[in-house]
Amino acid sequence: MIEGYEQAAVGAEERLAAAADLDAVSGVERELLGRRSLFADAKRRLADLAPGDRAEAGRRLNEARARVETAAAGARERLAAADRDDRHAAERLDLTERLPHTVPLSRGRLHPVTQARDRLEDVFVGMGYTVAEGPEVETAWYNFEALNIPDWHPARGSFDTIFVNLGEPEEVMLRSHTSPVQIRVMEKRKPPVYIVAPGRTFRTDTADATHLPAFNQIEGLAVDRNITMGDLAGTIDEFVRAFFGREVKSRLRPSYFPFTEPSAEFDISRPDGSWLELGGCGMVHPNVLSNCGIDPEEWQGFAFGFGIDRLAVMRHEIDDIREFVNSDTRFLRQF
Amino acid sequence: MKVLLSWLREFAPGIGGDPAELGDVLSALGLTVEETTVTGSVPDGVVLGRVLELRPHPDADRIQLVEVDDGSGKTLQVCCGAFNMAVGDLVPLARVGTVLPGGLEIARRKMRGQASEGMCCSEIELEMGDDADGIMILNDRAAAGAGPGTPLADALGLAPDVLWDLEVGANRPDALSVMGVARDLAAGLGVAFEPPDWSTAPSGPDIAESVDVEIVDPTLCGRFVGRVLRNAAQGSSPPWMANRLTALGQRPINLIVDISNYVMLELGQPSHTFDLGRVAGARIRVRRARDGETITTLDGVHRTLAAGDGVIADGDDEAIGIAGVMGGASTEIDAGTTDVLVEMAWWDPPSISRTAKRLNLSSEAATRFRRGADWGYNMERCMNRFVQLAAAEGAEVTRGTIDERGDLPDRRPLRVRAARVNSLLGTGLGATEMAGHLRSIGFGADPAGDAELEVTIPSWRWDTETETDIAEEVARLHGYESIERTVPTANEAGGLSAYQKDRRLVRDVLVGAGCYETQPMPFVAPGSLAAVGLPEDGVTLSNPVDDSESVLRTSLLPGQLQAVAYNQRHFNGDVRLFEIGHVYGPAPEGQLLPDEREFLAVALAGEEAPAAVAVLDLLTDALALPAVELRAAGLPGMHPTRAAEVVVAGRSRGAVGEVDPEVLEASGVSGRVAWLQLDLQEVLDGPRTRRRYRPVSKYPPSDVDLAFVVAESVAAAHVERALRASAGSLLADIQLFDTYRGAGVPDGSRSLAYRLRFQAQDRTLTDAEVAEARQRCIDETSRRTGAVLRS
Repeated sequence: MIEGYEQAAVGAEERLAAAADLDAVSGVERELLGRRSLFADAKRRLADLAPGDRAEAGRRLNEARARVETAAAGARERLAAADRDDRHAAERLDLTERLPHTVPLSRGRLHPVTQARDRLEDVFVGMGYTVAEGPEVETAWYNFEALNIPDWHPARGSFDTIFVNLGEPEEVMLRSHTSPVQIRVMEKRKPPVYIVAPGRTFRTDTADATHLPAFNQIEGLAVDRNITMGDLAGTIDEFVRAFFGREVKSRLRPSYFPFTEPSAEFDISRPDGSWLELGGCGMVHPNVLSNCGIDPEEWQGFAFGFGIDRLAVMRHEIDDIREFVNSDTRFLRQF
Repeated sequence: MKVLLSWLREFAPGIGGDPAELGDVLSALGLTVEETTVTGSVPDGVVLGRVLELRPHPDADRIQLVEVDDGSGKTLQVCCGAFNMAVGDLVPLARVGTVLPGGLEIARRKMRGQASEGMCCSEIELEMGDDADGIMILNDRAAAGAGPGTPLADALGLAPDVLWDLEVGANRPDALSVMGVARDLAAGLGVAFEPPDWSTAPSGPDIAESVDVEIVDPTLCGRFVGRVLRNAAQGSSPPWMANRLTALGQRPINLIVDISNYVMLELGQPSHTFDLGRVAGARIRVRRARDGETITTLDGVHRTLAAGDGVIADGDDEAIGIAGVMGGASTEIDAGTTDVLVEMAWWDPPSISRTAKRLNLSSEAATRFRRGADWGYNMERCMNRFVQLAAAEGAEVTRGTIDERGDLPDRRPLRVRAARVNSLLGTGLGATEMAGHLRSIGFGADPAGDAELEVTIPSWRWDTETETDIAEEVARLHGYESIERTVPTANEAGGLSAYQKDRRLVRDVLVGAGCYETQPMPFVAPGSLAAVGLPEDGVTLSNPVDDSESVLRTSLLPGQLQAVAYNQRHFNGDVRLFEIGHVYGPAPEGQLLPDEREFLAVALAGEEAPAAVAVLDLLTDALALPAVELRAAGLPGMHPTRAAEVVVAGRSRGAVGEVDPEVLEASGVSGRVAWLQLDLQEVLDGPRTRRRYRPVSKYPPSDVDLAFVVAESVAAAHVERALRASAGSLLADIQLFDTYRGAGVPDGSRSLAYRLRFQAQDRTLTDAEVAEARQRCIDETSRRTGAVLRS
């Protein structure tokens, strides 16, 4: 038999529990667990035992050693916590002690996308619109179904939707466009409705110089008696001139969206005479109005939507939109 | 959809003119031109060459020497970097002097000492395709009679042509074909649309008679048309067909597959071919799949079907094809095939769409069926075309046609109100004018009275069924740009909501306080919430773009700390940042959507807690928030003794103070970070102080400075409240101007020095009045807070 280490282990546990500083802990560890310690010696003596006794003795030795090690770790943890508590106590501040505070005399910046969004909102507010907002996590009803995009519709796939693990599979998602706000507004408010809805939208795009999985769109919706496609073209024209300048022209080309009929894409003219595609638009589909409890025989409307980030990119000639989400002050300072 | 001008002209010979102008007409019709390419143009000097001998280059491993017969009577030596040729092959040879499409002029030159007198070309070098891997081998593609020296254009039957790549909306299944585009373009140009007729006289026995087709589920399959071809050639398709397929982006495979693709691209109707000899019992049953039924498709994949999928089954009721999506391997045509059953069907679009999506299996055929193929006009025409193309290549056309019907779309003539169309479009078109537009693209349109039209929708426009759809067609043909532009007059004033105005105010205040607005993405990595001391209960994404962006944030803290660390790493020093963005708490009981709220966060790197409190005070002032209290508290992610809960009008609305140093360390941030986070939505929608006028006093104020020794356990706010309560109505202002800890002040206490300003509206205060107020403040504050006046 190997004697002595078990009593020593009990003693060590007591000393560790009482240790007042890390030196004391280290001392116990050196004494019991180090290379020339009692435990090391006991381990060497295992070899002298009869093979039949060796396993049991070894097990008991390891157990005792583990107890000491656990006690040492506990002591270190206790001392660190006490140390932390001391530090926290020493650092304690009464936040209600409000001395006069001098704010640095330097101006911060609004994010370039916010600046673009504000300018857009201001133009539309000037044209008689209010600004509506909606949640970024949406149900299939608002993001698709109410917008005349049933589950089998071929257009669904083109939205590259990011789904969320809530409800049934593909029932809840990050909205892939701002159009759900149309539905939310029309469900609550009867026409006339003149709103724009800016906000964040999401698609499964891998981030690169021209794509981000999270980006910003603005949606417009006008529902009233006798709203026509001519009104849509005229409204886009007026917006384009107000936002981009009197000399910039707009044009509509036939296109397809499930939630508008007729549908169009709209372009703006560039100084070299070519056209730049800006967004989609059209007359609100009668099914969309019906889905919101609005009689399409009585009310007509148009809707349009386009990206906000791209406007900031164009305005400032930004060549990598990942800067929008990096929060680098060297970038933000420029706007 | 890609189309060739020459192919369009086969349907409407009147189509012509400047390619750019034709492209504009297509775009104005809604067939947006994404790219225009001139094709089939082969540079002068490229001829057929025959490979006579292949020798290794004595001094280069990656080049070989090719002896080529260019038809001139002498043999040319060409150095070539490709090794896919064999002796006897016909290849494109660019003679010396030829200028390749990329601008390279072929010159006589030496490569590692060996003369090269021309160049053997790959597809990509001639801009005839995307293949850059080897020299084009033309043995099978060269026209009969072509040989060394024949200009390549003649050998391949190429002529300059225009290729347009068009963007076609999901509502235009018909425009996924050359014929459909030609119909629209002809209408847009006002020229005749005259599709050819391809009927071919049958010669063989009536085999269709012996094939038994049954549509078990009529909701799945609206129509099943079949013909049988015998002894169809197994070789490759003729060069003209291969050229067109290649131009439209389809790789030629073999005659039958190529004909199938050709007819689909030309007319829009997909087809499927079965080896009739391998269809058990020569019997076809069109039905829904049994849940768990399996099939090996043409691509060799073993697939499990679900109830609802459409299948084509044989006489043993085994699935031999997934309806409208992909055929099965067991009946695939091979060299041993004698009788080929050609199937053309109309499938229910939602059924095909769901199956294709569930199996994540898209094909050109499925794309067309999902959008709604043509069920009437086109089917016989397409079958005739298939048969005619096969017959031209030697197939025997047997007698008899299978034509089984299920439920086809019900398209009764539609009453269209001209006034309604005009009201939607803002036009003043007459019914006759509308009818003319509609007829030009194959709709039936007869005036019914003055104000209405009876419109028949053609079978190739599955998506078109309502009056509004008709309005769109009228608008397209009339021209969107011909609609007069007007602006509606909203009878309501526009404007921002109070919330939106206040949010702008918050941003302006923060910018004024030197803060930069940030917009980090709202996703965080698994574990990042726990890393900042928050519960790891963020809603997760099912299909994140990146695994490190798979959790929706419940706090703005992780993103802001990441932003601070990013700036520190890039030597931008200590930054002042803010963000207004959504956070997404777990969905409340009984709700589907997460608890989504708009939060505000301010992170001041290198600053201590009071800096964040100062920012909060700026906002409190700007927004006129009532009764903002700071309650010292242990908050997740926050410094245990330097943080407080922000309570507005009795409700907890956020946190202010410093971020926990351990959290900072874990986030790779050095130094301290002062932090403010508010539930902006609740704060801005909550109560405000009314800014009520108080006359400005004309009388001088009297300032009184009082310094108290106060136990650390008593908050300064408590002292201030006591001072305010005791000072009475004469108190005009109160300000803490100094704090002191150290010699002269007992441990566990500090000195707080306040300046109190007393002022009356109607008189100059007397010394006695001020002294009395002062004494009241001292007594009352001592009594309430245990503070001792410092003498």
